[in-house]
Amino acid sequence: MHGRVKIKSTAQQEEEKRKEKEKKLKAFVSARDAVLKKRSAGEHDEEALQLTRQLLSSNPDFATLWNYRREVLLHLETLREKDEVQKLYESELHFIEACLKVNPKSYGCWHHRTWVNTRLPQPDWTRELGLCDRCLSLDERNFHCWDYRRVVVKASGVSVEQELQFTDRLIGSNFSNYSSWHYRSTLLPQLHPQPFHSHRVCEEQLLKEYELSHNAFFTDPNDQSAWFYYRWLLGRGVCVCVCLELLCICEDTSAHPMLCVCVCVYVCVCVCVCNLDDLHVCVCICGRSELSVEKSSVLQAELQSCNQLLELEPQNKWCLLTIILLMRALDPLGHEKETLAHFQTLKEVDPMRSTYYSDLCSKFLIENTILKMEYAEVRVFSLSNKNLTTLCHLDQLLFVTHINLSSNQLLRLPPHFAMLQCLEVLEADDNAIENLEGLYHLPKLEEVSLRNNQICKLSDLESLASCTKLTRLDLRGNPVHRTAHIESELSQLLPRVTALSL
Amino acid sequence: MAAEDLPSQFDVVILGTGLTESVIAAACSRVGQSVLHLDRRNYYAGNWASFTFNGLLSWIEQYKNQQEVPITELEQVWRSLIDEGEDAVPLSALDSSISNLEVFCYASEEEEKEEEMKTPLSSFQPVNAETVSEEANGDSTEAHDTVTGDDTTASDAKTPNEEHEVSEPKEDQHTSDISEPSQSQEEKESQLSSSPADPTVEVQKKITYQKLVKEGRRFNIDLVSKLMYSRGALVDLLIKSNVSRYAEFKNIGRILTYRNGKVEQVPCSRADVFASKQLTVVEKRMLMKFLTFCLDFEQHPEEYQDYTEKPFREFLKNKKLTENLQHFILHSIAMVTQHTLTEEGLKATQHFLRCLGRYGNTPFLFPLYGLGEIPQCFCRMCAVFGGIYCLRHSVECLVVDKVSNKVKAVIDTRGQRISCSHFVVEDSYIRDEQRQSTAYRQISRAVLITDRSVLPSESDQQISMVTIPPLESSAPAVRMVELCSSSMTCMPGTYLVHLTCSSSGKAQEDLAPVISQLFHVSTIPGEEPSEGAEERSKPAVLWVMYFNMRDTSALDSSSYSLPSNVHVCTGPDDSLCSDYSIKLAESVFHHILPDEEFCPPAPNPEDIIYDGDGPQAKGPGFDESTNTEADKSLAEEEGATHEKSPSTENSEPAEMDSVTQQAPLDMTPASEE
Repeated sequence: MHGRVKIKSTAQQEEEKRKEKEKKLKAFVSARDAVLKKRSAGEHDEEALQLTRQLLSSNPDFATLWNYRREVLLHLETLREKDEVQKLYESELHFIEACLKVNPKSYGCWHHRTWVNTRLPQPDWTRELGLCDRCLSLDERNFHCWDYRRVVVKASGVSVEQELQFTDRLIGSNFSNYSSWHYRSTLLPQLHPQPFHSHRVCEEQLLKEYELSHNAFFTDPNDQSAWFYYRWLLGRGVCVCVCLELLCICEDTSAHPMLCVCVCVYVCVCVCVCNLDDLHVCVCICGRSELSVEKSSVLQAELQSCNQLLELEPQNKWCLLTIILLMRALDPLGHEKETLAHFQTLKEVDPMRSTYYSDLCSKFLIENTILKMEYAEVRVFSLSNKNLTTLCHLDQLLFVTHINLSSNQLLRLPPHFAMLQCLEVLEADDNAIENLEGLYHLPKLEEVSLRNNQICKLSDLESLASCTKLTRLDLRGNPVHRTAHIESELSQLLPRVTALSL
Repeated sequence: MAAEDLPSQFDVVILGTGLTESVIAAACSRVGQSVLHLDRRNYYAGNWASFTFNGLLSWIEQYKNQQEVPITELEQVWRSLIDEGEDAVPLSALDSSISNLEVFCYASEEEEKEEEMKTPLSSFQPVNAETVSEEANGDSTEAHDTVTGDDTTASDAKTPNEEHEVSEPKEDQHTSDISEPSQSQEEKESQLSSSPADPTVEVQKKITYQKLVKEGRRFNIDLVSKLMYSRGALVDLLIKSNVSRYAEFKNIGRILTYRNGKVEQVPCSRADVFASKQLTVVEKRMLMKFLTFCLDFEQHPEEYQDYTEKPFREFLKNKKLTENLQHFILHSIAMVTQHTLTEEGLKATQHFLRCLGRYGNTPFLFPLYGLGEIPQCFCRMCAVFGGIYCLRHSVECLVVDKVSNKVKAVIDTRGQRISCSHFVVEDSYIRDEQRQSTAYRQISRAVLITDRSVLPSESDQQISMVTIPPLESSAPAVRMVELCSSSMTCMPGTYLVHLTCSSSGKAQEDLAPVISQLFHVSTIPGEEPSEGAEERSKPAVLWVMYFNMRDTSALDSSSYSLPSNVHVCTGPDDSLCSDYSIKLAESVFHHILPDEEFCPPAPNPEDIIYDGDGPQAKGPGFDESTNTEADKSLAEEEGATHEKSPSTENSEPAEMDSVTQQAPLDMTPASEE
């Protein structure tokens, strides 16, 4: 047709592209061979820089070449004047920038840049900060750049205030940026230190931060980064003092060996939990260390905010979970009923994690029972009918002689169950227990009731043989009774058991 | 070149270079039609044009003198060219689409000599215009091509050379004869005063009228004020056709609204809502929840079913949104009236939201150098594919075959008879005799030059879109766009403000009340606003122009009595976007060429085969089907590249293609010789 522009066909284009590619590949391979040969010959000259430059600018992820380049640069450095060295490394920085454009997430490039800056007689940190800002504005999740930025900030002594403003800016443009929130959490304690507690943040700043996170999760309650930050904030201020308190107890009670063990174990648990999740500590210990009036009023206010959000978003899991944790921190017993209801909702709205919620709920219920027990110093401990799926805090039950775990959803008695060295009677009817590893070397255990569980094999009962005082065993309603010759086998395995119900 | 050089036969003759006509021209030319594109004016884009300040002053003069232009007596000449069995349909020589034009100047008219004396330090820093524009443009290199109002065929589109470009006046005839040294000094001053580095310094210098004239070429003042929805028909077309490579764009930085006597920012994106200080957290949640619902409201009919027959406003009330939020959604996000029905309101909100985040935090883009660039870009595309351009060259009459009642040819203002199979014409060329009715709607426009933003903020280089709900219930809602100097539409230190509404009377009657609410207007024109007065919290108006533009968008082919192969393009409508004009262009194109694709992607320069480009060029098998296939694969590639852009800041459709323009320009059609 007249007047039409003629265009190459797809086949033609592809053929051209293929030829081009072939040519490129050939050039790349021959240059690579030349470089490697040069390196093994120990040549450190300008030509080597030139060759590696060509190769790296098309493929910046070739680590060997970066290494070779560093060798060459180190060698050239010894031959040159100071200002020439400056120039040499400055041109290197420009070259890296070009490579970063090819692959902004190249390990080799960023590493090399850090190295060049350590060699540079007069590094220009402002320029480097500018580079980081530009890269992060293009991709705020480029962790290579975040890492490099930390190096630059440290080396150039940028003030903590400026850095906090930097996170303000990034969070302002997109608050779904966990890197920025996290960075904030490392900056705040430095900026507003509280005397004696290096990890805490002063109250005034804390309130501002609460507001910032409110803005984020009211705007988008499904975004987890702000929630995580918020939980970190809520954890500020309780944990450290508690651990110290407990260590004191530990020292005081050295006269009482048994108790000492108990407390020590407890402290260990605390410390390790504390690293993982501050709020948990605050939760599991709040019964012992009273919250300060201010702290509890702040938490009360936060609970109100979250309840307000829950009214608008009754299905939001982050909100539900945070409310549960806040309630635990404020008054675990008083809020028990609400907590259980919220757990129920959580399991429904987030079925993928329902087991996690069950375990967490079990943990809280056990804690509550322990709290109640403390006031009444009992040795008989009942956790029956609480829908427990897991056992924890057994370390706090070392003196218990009689434990009732009936009517729960336990699948096993875990190894650390063996901690209960004073235990004489165990009731664990109506669970789904298939594994008894924890019933091991319990010297005082006399009676075990495991009716209606899922014990299938004789071998599952082997650990019981190590409990030398065991005389009464109830196994009614377990699949194991279908095993052939079960009675004789059992009497052989557990000769001391006199009262056996199958 | 003389007009006799024009070929005497074309497939399509197009009269008028407004957006619709230009898109049709590009689309026809792209698929191989021979196109003659004419305009009686000495500039491109008709009522879509943008002018330098001096250019606008000339345009105003032209408007004033137009009434006196005697109707030309060429009739004898063209009568003789009409054969038997043919009818002549004469076209209108007068453009009556603009009316009620009024201009007021409030900037001081005094000489500027003492001012220049006060700033001797400006001489040691050689900052010039190029640097300013470079900063503003980033490193984009796409052409902003100024095709000057020459009388010849303009298909010899120039090689773009931006630096050169920017420092040159847009229209030659307006070059003011200012001696070089004083010129550059002026530039420095204006730069110093607008430097964003020290916003604390009060805008120290008064901007005089003389200065506006001197710096006049920095202005690109649009007659039509529209924005581009980032997923609107225009942006889609620019991307699809590769015309985007001829222009650059800037994001609208913020959406403002006028409420309770104050200008406030409208939180519309997620980041805005997060950062907003005027909303409570609960309002934030309610707003986000509502907006999320609007994104896919069709999926939840139960939410709005009871309100389909009721106004959107009532639906918002029912949703228990606070007053604050109702205002934002109704006026600034959906941008609908009190009476708009729920479903339409929801659709408008949805469109707004879908456009968010593609290129930035607001849904809108604005072409650098003004909206007038866009029709020119399409003209350029047309020229690249062989279209021929003549400005100051019109059509005297149409030659209609009596039997078929179709246009066979046109007779141009030089008395040449040019045959064509289709004739496309802008509405303002049609005589009243060919119309069924002469009652029109009107658009009221005001253009202001001001000295500061209506809502100063950290960055003084933001384009703001301001929605102003009706001040009284009978008054129309006014739309205002405030352009900063980095949009390349006004001189540094000033803002160019466009106000638009559908007319209820003269433009000045419609818009002056709004202007006096938002701006400081001196009582005596030419008098300086008194410093320190309370009024100075508002930006001062330095210069203002009012006019009405005819809105013919309600007309369709049944409104004219014309042959079926005459296609009338109505002018700009009063809406915020250009979708109407693009859709019209597409439908006209399909009338002319029902079987052709509308604006397929232009090929990349390296994929074009030139004559004598080796043996491949002449080989058979490069028929249409292979071409279309190539086009498709290009389109796919384009899509892939394009998806990346939203993640990068300030990404523009223009970025999609970094290939230089040399190649397509080299293949200037042979018609030129």
